[in-house]
Amino acid sequence: MTVFRAFAPWVISLAVLLLLPAVTSGSAVSVINVIAIHIVFALSYNMLLGQGGMLSFGHAAFFGLGSYAAIHAMNAIGDAAYAGTGFWAHFPVFLLPLVGFAGGALVALVVGWPFCRRAGTAFAMITLGLGELVATGTQMFPSVFGGETGVFSNRMVGPVWFGLELAQPADVYWFMAFWVFAAVLAMWAFTRTPLGRLSNAVRDNPDRMQFIGYPPRNVRFLVFIASGGMAGLAGGMAAVNYEIVTPESLSLLASGLALLMAAVGGLGIFYGPIVGAILVTVMNSLLSDYTDAAVLYVGLVFLAVVLFAPSGLAGGIEHVRQAWHGKQVAAKAPRWLAGTLSVTALCMALVLAVELVYLLSHGTDKLADTLGMELDASSPLPWAAVILLLATGYGLWRLTAKSLEATS
Amino acid sequence: MLETIVFSTLNGVLYGLLLFMLSSGLTLIFSMMGVLNFAHASFYMLGAYFAYALGLHIGFWPALFLAPCLVAVIGAVVERYGLRRVHVNGHVAELLFTFGLAYVIDELVHLFWGSIPVSYVPPDYMQNALFTLFGTDYSIYRGVTMMIAVFMFAALWFLLKKTRVGMMIRAALTHGDMVGHLGHNVPRLFMGVFGFGCALAGLAGVIGGPLLNTEPGMAQTLGPIVFVVVVVGGMGSLIGAFYASLLIGLLQTFFVAFDASIADLLGVFGVQADPYGEVTGITLASLAPMTPFILLVLILIFRPRGLMGELEP
Repeated sequence: MTVFRAFAPWVISLAVLLLLPAVTSGSAVSVINVIAIHIVFALSYNMLLGQGGMLSFGHAAFFGLGSYAAIHAMNAIGDAAYAGTGFWAHFPVFLLPLVGFAGGALVALVVGWPFCRRAGTAFAMITLGLGELVATGTQMFPSVFGGETGVFSNRMVGPVWFGLELAQPADVYWFMAFWVFAAVLAMWAFTRTPLGRLSNAVRDNPDRMQFIGYPPRNVRFLVFIASGGMAGLAGGMAAVNYEIVTPESLSLLASGLALLMAAVGGLGIFYGPIVGAILVTVMNSLLSDYTDAAVLYVGLVFLAVVLFAPSGLAGGIEHVRQAWHGKQVAAKAPRWLAGTLSVTALCMALVLAVELVYLLSHGTDKLADTLGMELDASSPLPWAAVILLLATGYGLWRLTAKSLEATS
Repeated sequence: MLETIVFSTLNGVLYGLLLFMLSSGLTLIFSMMGVLNFAHASFYMLGAYFAYALGLHIGFWPALFLAPCLVAVIGAVVERYGLRRVHVNGHVAELLFTFGLAYVIDELVHLFWGSIPVSYVPPDYMQNALFTLFGTDYSIYRGVTMMIAVFMFAALWFLLKKTRVGMMIRAALTHGDMVGHLGHNVPRLFMGVFGFGCALAGLAGVIGGPLLNTEPGMAQTLGPIVFVVVVVGGMGSLIGAFYASLLIGLLQTFFVAFDASIADLLGVFGVQADPYGEVTGITLASLAPMTPFILLVLILIFRPRGLMGELEP
C-alpha cells in the first residue's frame, strides 16, 4: 500500500500526459507545450528559492543562455546534416535540451562561486546584477545573440528519434511530454539526495551547517549549478518549441516570471511550482484574448497569494488533503464555502472596477465586448455594483475569520 | 573637449542628484526595516504621473508639492496594510510583496495613462537659458532641479541630525526595541519613514519626469540602478548613497559623451586593432548601460559592505 502511495502521483501524471492529446486539440496543444517549458523553469527556480533559500532575480540568464546554446546546436545539426559528416550530423534534435542543460550548468559553474557566499539580500542583488548584465550584454554581440531579432533555426533536421519529425505541434507535444516528465522526476530525485537534504538544511540554519562541517557556500554552489542546468534544460525545450531565441528570454521580465510562477504555486511544497506554472501560463495566454488588463490580473493574483496565502496554491491543496485524511471535511466545508464565496465576490468587484477604469481611460473595453455587456462607466450603477460586491465579500470574510477564531 | 567635459559634469551631477533622491529614501527604509523596497522606483513613476495629471488642473508649482504628498499617503497605506502584514513571514515574503507591488503599479499606470509617454513638461519660461556656455544653453529648469535636489539634501540632513523626530529615527535604526520600550510608537514611526521615503522618490519623479521622459517604462529603467546605488554606497548609509549616486551619474554621462571604442583605447597604448571588429568595435557609449551592474557585481564580490556601509547585506 505504501509503495502504491509513493508511485501513485507518477503513475497518474504519466497517464495524464499519455491521455492529454486525445482530449485536446489545435491551439490547446501549443499552450500545453509552453506549460511544459514553464513547469521545468519554475521547478528549477524553486530548487534555489524553495529548497535552498536563495532568492534570485537573474534566473532567466540560465534559461536564456541554455536556449541560445540549444539553438546554435540546432543550427550546427542543420549544417552538419546537409554536409552529412561530423559529430552534429548524428545528434538528434530530440536531445537538444541536454545541450541547454550543459549550457546553463556551465554558466552557473563559471559565475557561481563568488555569488554563493551569502544567501538573502546579497544573493538577490548580485543575481539581479548578473541578470541585467547578461540582458544588456547580449546587445553587444549580435553575431552570437542575433541583436534585437534573435537567432532563428529549423527543428526538422538531423536524425529522427521515435518517429518524431517535429513538424506538427502534436509531434512536439511528445517531445515536451518526455522531457517534462524526465526533468520533474530528476528534480524530485534531487530533493531526495543528500545534497538536496543539505540544501534544505542550509536554507534553515547555515551557521549550524558550517559548524558540523558542511560549508554552506559549497552546498549553495552545487545547488546553483544544478538549478542553472535545469533552467538551461527548460531553455533548450523552448528553443525547440519556438525555433527562435530572442534576447527577451534573458530579460528581468523572464526572471520575474519564474519567481511569479513558483511563488503563486507555493514555495514550500515540491509540486507547488507545477501548479503555479500551469495557472500563470493559462492566465497569461487565455486572459489576453478576453481583456487588455491580463498582466494586471496576474500581478494581482501574485500579490494576493503573497499577502493572504504565503504557502501558495499548493498550500491550499495540502490543507484540503490533510482535512480529508483527518476526516474533518464535513466540519470545515461550510467555512471553505463561505471563504470561496467571499473571494469570488471580491474578485468580481475588482475585475468590474478594473474594466470600468479601462473603459473610462481608453474608451472601449474588450471584456465587456466579449461578454456582450453594455457597460456605462459614467452612470453610478456599475460603481454601486462594485461597492456592493466589495461589501458582500468583506462581510463574508469577517464572518469566516470570526468562526475560525471561535473554533480554535 | 572642454565643452564636453563641462556639460557632462553638469548633467552627470544632475543625474546623480536625482539618483540620490531616489536612493536616500530606499536606504532609509532599508536600514530601518531591513527590506529592500522593489517598488521604490514605481513610487518615483507615480510621482511623475501624479504631477502631470495634477499639473493639468492646478499648475506646475502646486503639483510639485501635492504629488509627493499623495505618493507619501499611498506609501504609508502600503506599509500599514501590506508590508506590516507580510512582515511576520520573513524578509523573502517582504521582497516578494514589493516585487509584486512594482508589477501591479506598473500595470495600473498602463491602465490609467496608456502605454505611450505623456507630455509632462515644465512651464515655458523655465525652458529659457539660465546661462550659455560654448554656445549651448543650460535651461533654467535644470538649474531649478539642481537647487531642489541640494535643498532636499540639506533638509534631510537637518531632519535626521537636528530634530527630535530625526533622533527617534536614528535610534530606531539601531535599537528599535529599546525605542519601543521607552514608549514611542515604533510601527507608526516605520509607517512615517516609509511614507517619507516614498515621498522623496515621488519628488524625484516630479522633477525628473520632464528630464527623463514620463512613460510607463521609467520605473523599470531606473529601478535596478537605484539598487546598485544603495548596494555600492553601502546598505543603510546615506552619505555612501550620496557618493555612489554621483559616481554612477558621472560615470554614465561621461561614457555616453565620449564615443570611443575599445580599438581607440588600445590605440592609445600603441596596439593596432580593427575598429569595426565585434569585440574591439564596442564603444564606451554602448557600455554605459552595463557599467552600474558591472560595478554592482564587483562590489558584492570584493567589498560586500559597499563604499561606506557598516553592515554586510
